[in-house]
Amino acid sequence: MTTELETRDHDVLVIGAGGAGLRAAIEAAAAGVSVGLVCKSLLGKAHTVMAEGGVAAALANVDDRDSWKVHFTDTLRGGQYLNNWRMAELHAKEAPDRVRELEAWGALFDRTPDGRILQRNFGGHRYPRLAHVGDRTGLEMIRTLQDHGIHQGIDVHMEVTVVSLFTREGRIAGALAYDRERGRFRLFRAKAIVIATGGVGRAFKITSNSWEYSGDGQSVAFHAGAVLQDMEFVQFHPTGMVWPPSVRGILVTEGVRGEGGVLKNSEGRRFMFDDIPDNYKAQTADNPEEGWRYVLGDKNARRPPELLTRDHVARCIMREVRDGRGSPHGGVYLDIAWIKEKMPKAAEHIRKKLPSMYHQFKQLADIDITTTPMEVGPTTHYMMGGIRVDGDTQMSSLPGLFAAGEAAAGLHGANRLGGNSLSDLLVFGRRAGEFAAQFARAHSASTPDAGEVKEATQEALAPFARPTGENPYAVQHDLQSLMQDLVGIVRRQEEMVRAVEGLQKLKARAANVGVTGNREYNPGWHTALDLKHLLTVSEAIVASALARRESRGGHFRDDFPDKSAAFSSFNFVVKRAPDGAMELGKEPIPPMRDELAKIVEEMK
Amino acid sequence: MANATFQIWRGEQGTGSFIEYATPVSEGMVVLDAIHDIQAAQANDLAVRWNCKAGKCGSCSAEINGQPRLMCMTRLNELDLAKPVTVEPMRSFPHHRDLVTDVSWNFRVKKKIRKFTPRRPDAPDGTWRMQQEDVDRVQEFRKCIECFLCQDVCHVLRDHHLHEEFIGPRYLVHAAALEMHPLDTLDRREELRKAHGIGYCNITKCCTMVCPEHITITDNAIIPLKERVMDHAFDPIVKLVGLIKGTTPGP
Ligand SMILES: Cc1cc2nc3c(=O)[nH]c(=O)nc-3n(C[C@H](O)[C@H](O)[C@H](O)COP(=O)(O)OP(=O)(O)OC[C@H]3O[C@@H](n4cnc5c(N)ncnc54)[C@H](O)[C@@H]3O)c2cc1C
Ligand code: SF4
Ligand code: SF4
Ligand code: FES
Repeated sequence: MTTELETRDHDVLVIGAGGAGLRAAIEAAAAGVSVGLVCKSLLGKAHTVMAEGGVAAALANVDDRDSWKVHFTDTLRGGQYLNNWRMAELHAKEAPDRVRELEAWGALFDRTPDGRILQRNFGGHRYPRLAHVGDRTGLEMIRTLQDHGIHQGIDVHMEVTVVSLFTREGRIAGALAYDRERGRFRLFRAKAIVIATGGVGRAFKITSNSWEYSGDGQSVAFHAGAVLQDMEFVQFHPTGMVWPPSVRGILVTEGVRGEGGVLKNSEGRRFMFDDIPDNYKAQTADNPEEGWRYVLGDKNARRPPELLTRDHVARCIMREVRDGRGSPHGGVYLDIAWIKEKMPKAAEHIRKKLPSMYHQFKQLADIDITTTPMEVGPTTHYMMGGIRVDGDTQMSSLPGLFAAGEAAAGLHGANRLGGNSLSDLLVFGRRAGEFAAQFARAHSASTPDAGEVKEATQEALAPFARPTGENPYAVQHDLQSLMQDLVGIVRRQEEMVRAVEGLQKLKARAANVGVTGNREYNPGWHTALDLKHLLTVSEAIVASALARRESRGGHFRDDFPDKSAAFSSFNFVVKRAPDGAMELGKEPIPPMRDELAKIVEEMK
Repeated sequence: MANATFQIWRGEQGTGSFIEYATPVSEGMVVLDAIHDIQAAQANDLAVRWNCKAGKCGSCSAEINGQPRLMCMTRLNELDLAKPVTVEPMRSFPHHRDLVTDVSWNFRVKKKIRKFTPRRPDAPDGTWRMQQEDVDRVQEFRKCIECFLCQDVCHVLRDHHLHEEFIGPRYLVHAAALEMHPLDTLDRREELRKAHGIGYCNITKCCTMVCPEHITITDNAIIPLKERVMDHAFDPIVKLVGLIKGTTPGP
């Protein structure tokens, strides 16, 4: 079988064309270096297109008490102070300019009565902060970046999948990829590489994520020697669809709650009032009346408990279901229809503010959300962990390798606030692009070792030599069930130990999967190649989750249900040991600059 | 569980045939679920594009029982399962493999349309003010998920293959979004008439009927654009300049 290679040279190679990758590519191209951009799907189809609720930025258009300082402290509180505080600072300061820049590139956000960008409420954000377009903000964002980017001289390689990275003399040298259409290999030589490949949701059975989210970026970076961080922190979004079975996991945007939607159990009780964490008590309404006033924009009202952070809301839902107060299909009720008691023309308002939710339920579940409550339950949604980067430059521990967006770690700590991802992509996509271009300028080209490249192509083709090997989809499904059942939203020591053993068995099976058919657009082969990445990130998740013997943010341990001060001052990291094994370590969180520490204290 | 039968187009580069598969059906299933089940259990190499499974990315376009649809938004309970369900690729684009077609032409067309070029910011804070009612229309156009189903169904492309002369409904919507954007300053009427071939559209509205985003492509985008282009072409001054340059088209 041919292993012939096409070779492409770029100063900067960006892997991933979601919000982070596009923004990085635009910035690098603007700096005057040659830029290649590769993505597994067609341009404009990345996960970013699915984002619904909005992009968080302290524009203060709706509430003038908002500022970067409030956004900064909200982000740290939500992340339980494990965040890279430098990233949280830069993010809060720069997000408003990044959003305005989108407007200058053609984005049309919903407007305030005085013609500025409208902002909506979201969980964990003290003031209305999310710039949005109905519930299709991600589409607006990716289309704006795409339509701007295609005129910047960027070389776009669509439906091209990177399988491994190469280093030379201690820095990044290139990447090996195959094109889906013909199954041929392409070697990219680059002075700097930006990883913007998104998350890992496909490691779990119930997820809002697409097939693309197999952790490729985190995995190839790990195998090339870069450090991963915070891998135990997986976000389970409280509201995914639960019925019918074929839509289980599809996201129901937090925007529903931002617009006044409430959570109820089978007894009709708004159970979120029953458990409000101490550090949020001062900001949270303790009665429905005040909560509704908040939704209407009353500045003296505190926000309803449905808008507490996602980790907490997800656990409250799990509790209701466990204690027998769930809905018929194992979820709880999310009711937006009730606002008709409070406002005229409520149905019209819901269709205007939440058009794709209306459409999604109508078409996929035969439910009219303007009259009927939705059934919802937690779904795997977002990876807080990822490639460890420098807060200013986004460079990883491997020189020349950068990461941005969901693939990178740091900004969100133990739990991400809704809306903070889209802003993350813009702020750190831009920074990664800028510093990757700078790195490329300062370094000469280098070439991956031919022997290593050959080995990587042979490894990628190996499944074709086993036409009677195991079905790759079967291994993938078993992996997803294992992670869902044993390392999901509620974790226990014994179960995770079983997961470790299970992953070893799955590794052996993955080494024996076979592929039928040829190399042209063969999803069986693609699935076989994704297994290595899924296994790598799963292993990192379990190793880190076992070590964190406490509960914090997205990581909940039944056997250690409380937060522990012993785990509050460092991040868990994993890296590849010289023998290829995974090694777990700790990295202390450096003390915050005085002026920032003061802000945190003031806003407590 | 009951079984349903699917006839799925399989083959490469234009050659191929319907192959029949039976697969169990459960409540709420969409066509894409059935395709995935068949792929996982019976045909690992069945080529198909998808991403979001929620009608948001526009990847899973196909012709289901001859109708251009998104596979992820087509419920099995709206189809007649007593007969086999046919699933085939979009027929207006070159075929790659199974359900996957070469849609790269669309991406090339977009590049030819001149990009958004705003007027200078004129609000005191260095941005702009826009009223909601002034952006409503353009927001409708910006709902487009680039599924290319409208391109698939438009007879100018499907039957007459005028891909070099006509940009198709998707890009007329795109052009309309730019032309009606409150901040944009360019005038694209000339190229719409010439390079982009707006005149080829004879308002059959087939595109509007298949749009999964319910964009009123013809009434809201194409007809107003045509009117603008006409006004421009028949503007006496434009006509005069045109006569001098010898570019005014015949009737
Ligand atoms: C349903 C849903 C709703 C959401 N809503 C919101 C919201 O309202 N607000 C918010 O802030 N966040 C939201 N999020 C989260 C947010 O959308 C994502 O975290 C974010 O879009 C990730 O962007 P990214 O640029 O990092 O990656 P993505 O947009 O996922 O892009 C990843 C890119 O990498 C490419 N890629 C992956 N692997 C490879 C490989 N091996 N080779 C080549 N290319 C590769 C992919 O093809 C793709 O182009 C939502 C997420 C989901 C799933
Ligand atoms: S209305 Fe015009 S663009 Fe739409 S399908 Fe008919 S001819 Fe094509
Ligand atoms: S206009 Fe409608 S049918 Fe055409 S590409 Fe966009 S979403 Fe699809
Ligand atoms: S998979 Fe995204 S529209 Fe069907």
